[in-house]
Amino acid sequence: MTISRQDVAKVGLLARLALSEAELDTMTAELSNIVGFVSLLAELDTSHVEPLAHPLDTHNVFRDDIPQPSLTTAEALQSAPRHDGECFLVPAVLNESGAA
Amino acid sequence: MNASPTTPFTTIIGLEVHVQLQTRTKLFCGCSTQFGAPPNTHVCPTCLGLPGSLPVMNRQAFALALRAALALNCTIAPTTKWDRKNYFYPDLPKGYQISQFDLPFSSDGHLEVVDPKGAFAPRDVGIIRVHLEEDAGKSMHDEAAGTGDTRIDLNRAGTPLCEIVTQPDLRSPQEARAWLNELKLLLVYLGVSDCNMQEGSLRVDANINLHIPQPDGRIAKTPIVEIKNMNSFRSVERALVYETARQYQEWQETKAEMGSKPKQTRGWDEPAGITRGQRAKEESSDYRYFPEPDLVLVTVDAAQLAAVQSGMTEPPTELRKALESRWKISPYDADVLVNQGRELVGYFEELAGAIGEGKVASNWMQQDVLRTLNERGGTIDAFPVKPAGLADLIRRVTAGDFDTSRAREIFADMVTSGRSAAEVVATLGISAVDDDELLALCHELLAANPKIVADVRGGKEQAAAGLIGQAKKKNANVNPGKVREKCLELIRAMG
Amino acid sequence: MQPAELTAIDIVTAVRQGDLTAVQCTQAFLQRIEAHNGSINAFLNVDTAGALATAERIDKRRSQGLPIGPLAGLPVAVKDAICTADQPTTCASKMLAHFRPPYDAEVVARLRAADAVIVGKTNMDEFAMGGSNENSAFGPVRNPWDVTRAPGGSSGGSAACVAADMAPVAIGSDTGGSIRQPAGLCGITGLKPTYGRVSRRGLVAFASSLDQIGPMARSAADCALIMETIAGHDPGDATSLTGGVPRYSTQLDQPLAGVRIGRVPEHFAAGLDPEVARGVEEAFAVFKAAGATVHDIQLPHAKYGVPTYYLIAPCEASSNLARYDGAHYGHRATRRDEEGHRTPRRDEAAHGTTPHTEGAFESPLVEMYCRSRAEGFGPEVKRRIMLGTYALSAGYYDAYYAKALRVRRLIRQDYLDAFEQVDLIGGPVSATAAFKLGEKTNDPLAMYLVDLYTVTANLAGVGGISFPCGFTKSGLPIGFQLQAPALGEGLLLRATDRFQHLTAWHQRRPKSIPSATPAVR
Repeated sequence: MTISRQDVAKVGLLARLALSEAELDTMTAELSNIVGFVSLLAELDTSHVEPLAHPLDTHNVFRDDIPQPSLTTAEALQSAPRHDGECFLVPAVLNESGAA
Repeated sequence: MNASPTTPFTTIIGLEVHVQLQTRTKLFCGCSTQFGAPPNTHVCPTCLGLPGSLPVMNRQAFALALRAALALNCTIAPTTKWDRKNYFYPDLPKGYQISQFDLPFSSDGHLEVVDPKGAFAPRDVGIIRVHLEEDAGKSMHDEAAGTGDTRIDLNRAGTPLCEIVTQPDLRSPQEARAWLNELKLLLVYLGVSDCNMQEGSLRVDANINLHIPQPDGRIAKTPIVEIKNMNSFRSVERALVYETARQYQEWQETKAEMGSKPKQTRGWDEPAGITRGQRAKEESSDYRYFPEPDLVLVTVDAAQLAAVQSGMTEPPTELRKALESRWKISPYDADVLVNQGRELVGYFEELAGAIGEGKVASNWMQQDVLRTLNERGGTIDAFPVKPAGLADLIRRVTAGDFDTSRAREIFADMVTSGRSAAEVVATLGISAVDDDELLALCHELLAANPKIVADVRGGKEQAAAGLIGQAKKKNANVNPGKVREKCLELIRAMG
Repeated sequence: MQPAELTAIDIVTAVRQGDLTAVQCTQAFLQRIEAHNGSINAFLNVDTAGALATAERIDKRRSQGLPIGPLAGLPVAVKDAICTADQPTTCASKMLAHFRPPYDAEVVARLRAADAVIVGKTNMDEFAMGGSNENSAFGPVRNPWDVTRAPGGSSGGSAACVAADMAPVAIGSDTGGSIRQPAGLCGITGLKPTYGRVSRRGLVAFASSLDQIGPMARSAADCALIMETIAGHDPGDATSLTGGVPRYSTQLDQPLAGVRIGRVPEHFAAGLDPEVARGVEEAFAVFKAAGATVHDIQLPHAKYGVPTYYLIAPCEASSNLARYDGAHYGHRATRRDEEGHRTPRRDEAAHGTTPHTEGAFESPLVEMYCRSRAEGFGPEVKRRIMLGTYALSAGYYDAYYAKALRVRRLIRQDYLDAFEQVDLIGGPVSATAAFKLGEKTNDPLAMYLVDLYTVTANLAGVGGISFPCGFTKSGLPIGFQLQAPALGEGLLLRATDRFQHLTAWHQRRPKSIPSATPAVR
């Protein structure tokens, strides 16, 4: 099973990973190998088997609706790469209805 | 609207509503959900998405969501799970939203909207699903500062949301607005949410397209448009009206049908009164949903459902019918009262019970109590006149102590002074005006106003209205209607 | 007494009785760390001042007759994937090189409450992805038995520091074998508890349905001591098991007569090193001599374990690591000059028609994400994120992720069926003894296969323990693994403890690391 370079580029965007041309090549080869390897599972007939997402059988775990202490703003921002003392700062996210 | 000779198309509208649940804490952590706090003061490792943090479900959030779904006549799934919806956005610190994908906790419900004035036929809107998910934080773009930065406040991140998705059963913008009002009323009655669009506890997106019958009998369907950024129910109606016209015009120009292009998103621009096309979020369609491994399954059995049902108070639809049958008031009156909320309905019922009659009580509620409330502000719970006091006033009117217009003046005094009817009557020296007094007063008025008499004799009966103000000055206790009647009688008798 | 040669049990006993002070113990191990960390690189951070301050407080309380916790004075090393509020938590990644969490993991809080002394954070494969500790952004860890060889991974630093007596116990995490395999390659004892037995709150998530925290020490008895403190329900972790925690230490010395141990013939197929095979068979013989019986069993779907794991784990990881985007914490790429930056048209980035090259980002925000992550993550992490993203993406979910979840159920059923016939399953933990550094780094698939014997326990949610059962001719440890049904930690610890009373493999120490400095007393 091979993955195309184009597929890998699309996946890179979905995963928000910048890949150089060289990395795209390497990644395409490596992923193709790995995907080929994991495709071994296709030889098993699992049509009558339910997926097992959780190894546990527990259900209905809740917490009560009682306020707990929050972090201070300083603690919340302590590892922020950029902040203004109140908010995290990120490069401009343009208004939804604005033009690009 | 449906296609007809005058409207050549049918408007098809579906709504997607997000309501914030009225819990004290967030869906997955113990941070407060209180509105209006300074930025990033209600945050913790879980809602900040810090490394190593884990979510734990808020019991009350699930209970309120169940309540909402039951009231919307949904089928409740015996087992439900949560899923991760993966995408990158700065107000989504984990890089995924915990939501529900293929196994929502409820589905297949409906909510009817009826217009008591009959502007449209009753519309029972199907509900595809109601599910429970967490809200994202807030991004604020500071144009003025010109720094090219967006500020992120994560106070809202993790707030519990119910997402309610309707079938495309609505057929006009008016219906859509009315349905939203009905939904809001229902959820406020249930204590599920305060549905306040200004504070963001209710948000709406609308999907709309047109079905246009063709000469050959086929139905042409315009591409579905999703409208976002409407911040009031009125906006929703206005946006849908605009979009209906825009789509029809576009159809006439391009004949483009559904499927010819991907679903479009348009943002409503309230000041400009138009919708604008937005950037296509191409990879937003690939959220890579998978079951949330940090949360376990939730099961709901018949006993739990019965417990939730029995704990629920009457929803608005049933309350309206109950008021109509209990107090013999019209559907319109019942609707007005119920729309004001449970507390006001309680006031009405106490009042009606005290005077033993519904219609009069309803009139006083609508014309006097509500009007005064709107002028003064405040809630019915804090209203200075209690049902017993108002009932006492109304009984005096019925007994003939004074007429309704006088009663209104007394009522106004009771509101501002907080005194009882008896106290106000005593202070103002109100007493009944007997027939002799009335006759004498009318003679005085006619003698003092020859011009008015002449006008009336000349055919202008309405001139008599000019006598009322003077009558009141001479004796505040007179009934204006009786004065007018007597004066006209006297003038006619003059020959 | 030389603290660095004592077991954890001996240390806490000595401190409690006043034969040693917490400060003496702590200093002894800090000296070992200073002497050897340069060559082993087991620690990413050593908190000398903090550790000594904690030790002093403990000694003061003890001298005042105030109560001290069950682990009082015991130095503990913590894998750098576990949050500590007073020390950096880097996950051996440039992405979190300067990250300091504002909270302690649940396990750390319990250790502190028990008066353990947290001496430092150990090196690991980046974000727990790896089987050799060569994927660390801060240099590989070297196996104390032979510093040209890998210690295993991803808890390589934790394993190496115990093997080199730089700490009597360490805390690791295990997602596909990351406690058991390095324990095996380093000649120590490592336990992966039943899924949910130990809280994951504060463990930086790799694959949430597979991750577990567990103890690594010189013996099962020492592991039992730590388990009594760290195991148990945490309301802050919805996947944590309710129900009491047994007093594991008191249940160790029951005899093994009647215990049935399964042996899987397929384990001894071509890929298993002959010396390892012999060591494993000799271990079975020891168990038989102790009164247990050994029975051949089948785990029919075992060969699908690695491909199943290498779908589920990367899929969950691709989502768990999405938060590392430079927005709220962690590494953010420096902003490039906007001049000359062409904003591509909507449709260009939209449908992947152009290769995704640097400079062609659709907005400064997307550029920040893409470059921060490209700079912050190492190659293995990127590979797994890409694999997981691909396997979850539209059109592939059913064939890959959903398929893997179905096979997972078959694998779990294998265990349920096997445990109807036996009480434990024994066998190798690794196909070879410690391999050379660099030997497998060019072939990701070869590296994935080091998890061959360990991934199925994580997939099924059951517990497993590994401990030394012999040495190769060249003096490298050979590891043996026992697996038990869910909540079978007690039996795992007991069986291992019995083995460690009948053998002395676990007491050997690497010759190339000098013995501990003279006793402080």
